[in-house]
Amino acid sequence: MNLLQAMRLALGAIWSNKLRSFLTMLGVIIGVFAVVALVSLGQGATSRVTEQVQGMGSNLITLYIRGRGPLSSLTYDEAMDLAARSGVRAVAPVVNGQVTVKYGNQSASTTLEGTTPDYPSVRSYNIEWGRFLAPVDIQNRQKVAVLGADVVETLFAGTNPLGREIRIDGTAFTVVGVLEKKGTSMGGSNDDKVIIPVSTAQRLLRDAGVRTVYIQAESPEAVNQVVAGLEAVMQRRFRDEDAYRVFNQAEILDTVSQVTGTLTLMLGGIAGISLLVGGIGIMNIMLVSVTERTREIGITKALGAKKRDILWQFLVESAVISSLGGLVGLLLGYGLVRTISKFTGLTAVFSPQVVAVAVLFSLFVGVFFGIYPANKAANLNPIEALRAE
Amino acid sequence: MIRVEGLTKVYRMDGVTVEALRGVDLTVAPREFVAVIGPSGSGKSTLMNIIGCLDVPTTGKYWLNGREVSLLSDNQLAEVRNRQIGFVFQSFNLLPRLSALENVERPLIYRGVGRKERLERARAALERVGLEGRMLHKPTQLSGGQQQRVAIARALVGDPVLILADEPTGSLDSASGRDVMSLLKELHAQGRTIMLITHEPEVARQAQRQVRIHDGRLVGDEGGKAS
Ligand SMILES: Nc1ncnc2c1ncn2[C@@H]1O[C@H](COP(=O)(O)OP(=O)(O)O)[C@@H](O)[C@H]1O
Ligand SMILES: [Mg+2]
Repeated sequence: MNLLQAMRLALGAIWSNKLRSFLTMLGVIIGVFAVVALVSLGQGATSRVTEQVQGMGSNLITLYIRGRGPLSSLTYDEAMDLAARSGVRAVAPVVNGQVTVKYGNQSASTTLEGTTPDYPSVRSYNIEWGRFLAPVDIQNRQKVAVLGADVVETLFAGTNPLGREIRIDGTAFTVVGVLEKKGTSMGGSNDDKVIIPVSTAQRLLRDAGVRTVYIQAESPEAVNQVVAGLEAVMQRRFRDEDAYRVFNQAEILDTVSQVTGTLTLMLGGIAGISLLVGGIGIMNIMLVSVTERTREIGITKALGAKKRDILWQFLVESAVISSLGGLVGLLLGYGLVRTISKFTGLTAVFSPQVVAVAVLFSLFVGVFFGIYPANKAANLNPIEALRAE
Repeated sequence: MIRVEGLTKVYRMDGVTVEALRGVDLTVAPREFVAVIGPSGSGKSTLMNIIGCLDVPTTGKYWLNGREVSLLSDNQLAEVRNRQIGFVFQSFNLLPRLSALENVERPLIYRGVGRKERLERARAALERVGLEGRMLHKPTQLSGGQQQRVAIARALVGDPVLILADEPTGSLDSASGRDVMSLLKELHAQGRTIMLITHEPEVARQAQRQVRIHDGRLVGDEGGKAS
């Protein structure tokens, strides 16, 4: 008896017991459904976070200065000197503080960043309207401001802010540009900020120190070298490892993908357990069905069925039940994932690997949990089987 | 065709032993129509199961077509049942979920015959027993006599040399029983060896030869070519 024939017999048996077959399948359906949905959502989360980290700027290295004793920051010139190091394409030093911004009778509390013209390219910001800071703004300590999208929303409620005068902690600034919306990423909103020339900010905040420097490496390969160089410079400057932190985007990516990867694996594992339970359900029903069909097995043995024929028939039956369940679960999982990503912001990645693993695993579950009952059927003694009720 | 020597069969159940066969010697020539007759519990079915390669004797030897059966593997026994023997049981033993046609087709599936040929032969066998109008009926939709005719069609579809019938008329009314008997006689006339088991003398009389069994021993043998 070949596989095709065994499949025909198995389908016949499944079909003649529709409700029970369906209920048996349900365990696998739910298991595969859970695996597919959870893993897809997990992978979606991973790719989204990765995108966001990459969106912070390409080949980005961030230097935070915490300082040591009276030495609590870098000077603007020290920060700019970093641009000359090999492997560095551009730097954007940032002087920051919390401020209150007012326009008319609207006011908002937000983050002020004083920086240089290279900031948008280093941090991957686009300008939505107007312009960004120019070198002359820095030189002349111009009172000009570029607004984040959230600030525009709060203060101007949709009207054009270009050329308007706002007050930052009481000082008047002219709005010259608006940043394109970027959404939230690691470390909060990218759109809730006001950017002014670094020189102006040093005045306004009455603090000349640079505590954050964004550095763009020339290439991904250059990142490690630049990081090492930076650490050496800072070590010489502060003589204390705790006085500064160098974050490298690739490292953050690694950490993030490790965390989300573990999470995905865990969700998948939990879902996998339900698949296992589905498998045990199959075994249970197959055992019942072997007992019920003992007499039939005896008859087929009398007709000349070999052990292998009966083994095949039962094994194929449980494999078919399981893989059909797997297929249905897969479709349902796909449907859910599509629906979720359509109606919520969650992205889901429906990867071919998940599909392959779900189908193969459900087939495996069917075969694995089918072996024992099938073997039991195949080894029945024909005479005793024929005597069964 | 069939030769058994010193066949015994002992059943052990919960410490109680039953000697179902106590040394049976029997030879059946090709194309013979033998009836094995004896009271209930005398060991007739046990003998038939051993001759049908469904069971093995406790001691004794059995040759089928010159081959010693005890030397055959499980697979070879299945093959013998499939190709050389057709069974007819008192309780029909049809597969309940399948139609008459699918039931008759079954032995050919295990023989590896292709679908088209299988269906042709199954149809021919059902026509042969006069059930051409009932091919797609399930066993529950057929009368006892019809079910037994399906079972006979199934027994002959594989063209076996030996047909073993264990009380084939035992569950049937007398008219259906007569149909079944005349079918068996026709099959015999076509050159098959038939071994019929019964406890009814008037059924046994229709065979060429009657072998009498009592308490696991052969106690009489009439009408055979040998005697
Ligand atoms: N599987 C078995 N286990 C125990 N005893 C059995 C078994 N099969 C048959 N017997 C016993 O063997 C004897 C012969 O049985 P059987 O061959 O079926 O008789 P018959 O077919 O002539 O009525 C009976 O006493 C029966 O109870
Ligand atoms: Mg009997």
